[in-house]
Amino acid sequence: MSLNRTYPSIQIAGDPTVSMSSTEKLGAGLSGLGFLFLLVAGFTGQTNPILFLILSLGLLSLGGVIFSIERYQKQHAPGVDNNGVMFSPSTRRSFFTWNLAILITGFYVLLYWFPGTLEGLIRTVDPLSYTLRGKAADQWFLYGTFYTVAVLVMGFRAILKYRHNRYQIIRTISVMFFQLFLAFLIPALLIMLQQPEFYFSYFWPLKYDYFFPGTLNSLEQAGGWGVFMVRWAVVIAFIGVPVLTYFFGKRWYCSWVCGCGGLAETAGDQWRQLSDKSMKAWKVERWMIHSVLVFIVATTALLWINADSGNMILREASNGFNKTYGFLIGMAFSGVIGVGFYPIMGSRVWCRFGCPQAAILGIIQKYFSRFRITTNSSQCISCGNCSTYCEMGIDVRAYAQRGQNIIRASCVGCGICANVCPRGVLSLENGPTKGRYNEPVLVPESEIMMPRRGDAKNEEWRERAFSQE
Amino acid sequence: MQKKNVVIIGNGISGITAARFIRKFSDHRITVISEESDHFYSRTALMYIYMGHMTYENTKPYEDWFWKKNRIELVRGYVTKVDTEKKGLMLTGGDIVYYDVLILATGSKSRKFGWPGQDLRGVQGLYNLQDLELMEENTQGINRAVVVGGGLIGIEMAEMLHSRHIPVTFLVRESGYWTNILPTEEGLMISRHIREHHIDLRLETELKEILPDETGRVRAIITNKNEEIACQFVGLTTGVMPNIEFLRDSGVEVGRGVMINNYFETNVPDVYAIGDCGQFREPRSGHPPIEQLWYTGRMHGETVARTICGERAAYDRGVWFNSAKFLHIEYQTYGFVASRPQDGEESLYWEHPDGHHAVRINYRASDGVVIGSNFFGIRHNQAVWERWLRERRTIDYVLEHLGAANFDPEFYTQFERAVVKQYNERYWGRKVMLKRKRGVRSRLLELVGTE
Repeated sequence: MSLNRTYPSIQIAGDPTVSMSSTEKLGAGLSGLGFLFLLVAGFTGQTNPILFLILSLGLLSLGGVIFSIERYQKQHAPGVDNNGVMFSPSTRRSFFTWNLAILITGFYVLLYWFPGTLEGLIRTVDPLSYTLRGKAADQWFLYGTFYTVAVLVMGFRAILKYRHNRYQIIRTISVMFFQLFLAFLIPALLIMLQQPEFYFSYFWPLKYDYFFPGTLNSLEQAGGWGVFMVRWAVVIAFIGVPVLTYFFGKRWYCSWVCGCGGLAETAGDQWRQLSDKSMKAWKVERWMIHSVLVFIVATTALLWINADSGNMILREASNGFNKTYGFLIGMAFSGVIGVGFYPIMGSRVWCRFGCPQAAILGIIQKYFSRFRITTNSSQCISCGNCSTYCEMGIDVRAYAQRGQNIIRASCVGCGICANVCPRGVLSLENGPTKGRYNEPVLVPESEIMMPRRGDAKNEEWRERAFSQE
Repeated sequence: MQKKNVVIIGNGISGITAARFIRKFSDHRITVISEESDHFYSRTALMYIYMGHMTYENTKPYEDWFWKKNRIELVRGYVTKVDTEKKGLMLTGGDIVYYDVLILATGSKSRKFGWPGQDLRGVQGLYNLQDLELMEENTQGINRAVVVGGGLIGIEMAEMLHSRHIPVTFLVRESGYWTNILPTEEGLMISRHIREHHIDLRLETELKEILPDETGRVRAIITNKNEEIACQFVGLTTGVMPNIEFLRDSGVEVGRGVMINNYFETNVPDVYAIGDCGQFREPRSGHPPIEQLWYTGRMHGETVARTICGERAAYDRGVWFNSAKFLHIEYQTYGFVASRPQDGEESLYWEHPDGHHAVRINYRASDGVVIGSNFFGIRHNQAVWERWLRERRTIDYVLEHLGAANFDPEFYTQFERAVVKQYNERYWGRKVMLKRKRGVRSRLLELVGTE
């Protein structure tokens, strides 16, 4: 079928069917220049870090901001345009996105296992590190800086892109806030104040070592703030998570607070359509994410059992589990694959297939929550925009076209399905749990289409009609 | 139930819905024949393929394994002849398919009015995948396109071309966009919205002639005002008509469409027609004899499946509803809203100053019973409206409870207050107060009377 055409222009976002305006070119050019300086800094960063910091990250950000303003300000009418998303080599799976994936993946490999190679870059953020933390930068501070800048700049872009949707604006500001303060500035400040480095927006099991006996012990020993941190870690994981998820669904965390989600919703937004919607992918997803959950629960349990016994065999085993989890899941999966594969498999690879926190939130969302995406009876035209732009690979349309509410463990409540729907079919809502899982509806109350409840003959029809799909 | 051999011609929403429900209700053998595509796709999404929002693959509501799993055989082919005596279909190439039960679901084709030059290269309608491929080809490297016909496909085509930054001239016969369906205010609001997108909207303008260049491609059109507009593409979107030529000499009675009763039965036993290609002998009052909507096609398919599977079911359209999207403005309608004021009817119309949101509620002057509503740029809930219209709620009741039908995303500005204010100002001394906020709770209270 010759219906899929492509265009040669390579742009990070927006409509590729037209050449860039001069302001857009300026923005893209500045970003390119910034990236160039980043490379140069990688080799010669030590000489003049402040200058290089401004020239690299500064220009990159400025370019992104100028580009976004020009690109999205032009769109005057309300609504989201996804014009050309399937044509542009920067937003469909292409030679360009494969290269980008290799570039990002490569960065993660260097970061985790060969940080020495990043020495030049790390020195570039030294001035920032001294200001915020009172000590020299390491690779993790470099990573945190990059991460936060990405969330802020691309968050700015997301706000402009979705500025006609207040839910998207508030949600994006929320992830930007939590990344900047709870995942970047506050941990830095804690270091400055000689307190333990602690991330209040991450909990066990996503931050898996927060329940490890070693971590808790050292926090306790730090006294004062450390004791508070231990209490926070326990209370949020055992009470905060279930209670908030009951009221608001998984979204309160995954698309409003979490840094991984934050990066996905901002920097990863342009690749959300690359997620696999097949039934097969859903099957793989359920096996993988729950296996990771079992893995981390077992690891944590082993460490605790071990902590109370002097058993050498057990110690070996628990340390083995710990190391394996850290390498396989903590680094390789969540970082290298999770972010590196954005341009190939969509923005939520880690959240969908790996994150044990998402697994727990998902189970609560599915069985004990007031959250659902309500479907507007029979208004669906099966166009497929909702499924296409679902970053979690949920086939939203399969539910919408049957008039059935969408309650899926994986749904992070980003709200984009409701936003791209051309017929007003979907609405994210919290409400009474009764009737949350509704019967499929084609035409409500029509005697033909929707048999009346209680009518035995019609009940039988209903049974037959909806049991096979 | 005796196992029958059911053959469906057409794999659009009507034919496929029939196939799915026949499978759910029975063990009949099911074969679907289509000339257009190997698999069912959503016709309503054609525009999004052209605009690059989705690929063709994204528009398929079911994965390819679905058909085999549900034992629905798919045949790609064109039926040239129907022999109702021998119960056989002749396909191009000579293959013959026999049936016990035949469902005609062949949909529509674009309607042309015999304009001079209507068959030139670069001139086309938009109905199926082949049209879309042609449009892709026809719009490469052009400077201007003309779209003729102010209906739903017309505005979609204008939006498609606009998304590719092709300047569009949009000819509309009426004095406002789609004003044979929409009341004047709404028609004018959408007309303004079209112009906001820098689409060159020409109201009260018709096509007179299409002019060729030396290669046989369109180079310009002439309007009924004798203006010549240079263009390299003409979209003809002046309506569609049933696609039924292949039924000639078959013995199946046809008018504009295949003549059917309320059970979708034709004059020939075991031959049914559903969707766009059928024409009701006795349409319900106020309903068109030929229903060319996605929603009705789906209902036809489900209803005919019941009849074929042993429970003879008459078609019940239920409370009328429809929806569309005009560039960036979503539209929903419930019940009946006539394009011109009707005797004995009052109409409440509220429009936001930004010209992107509007509400119309029509009601009987005598007792205030609500007849229908239009919403623009505001999402409302179908189940609630269905209930209100069925239960003949009055305008006062509907306004008091308007929040319960609000289906906009969270944190959106709500306009119920402004609508009610306008109503209260119109009738001196009337004091309707909003009683329901938006949300699941309100809706449940409205729908089942309890949480």
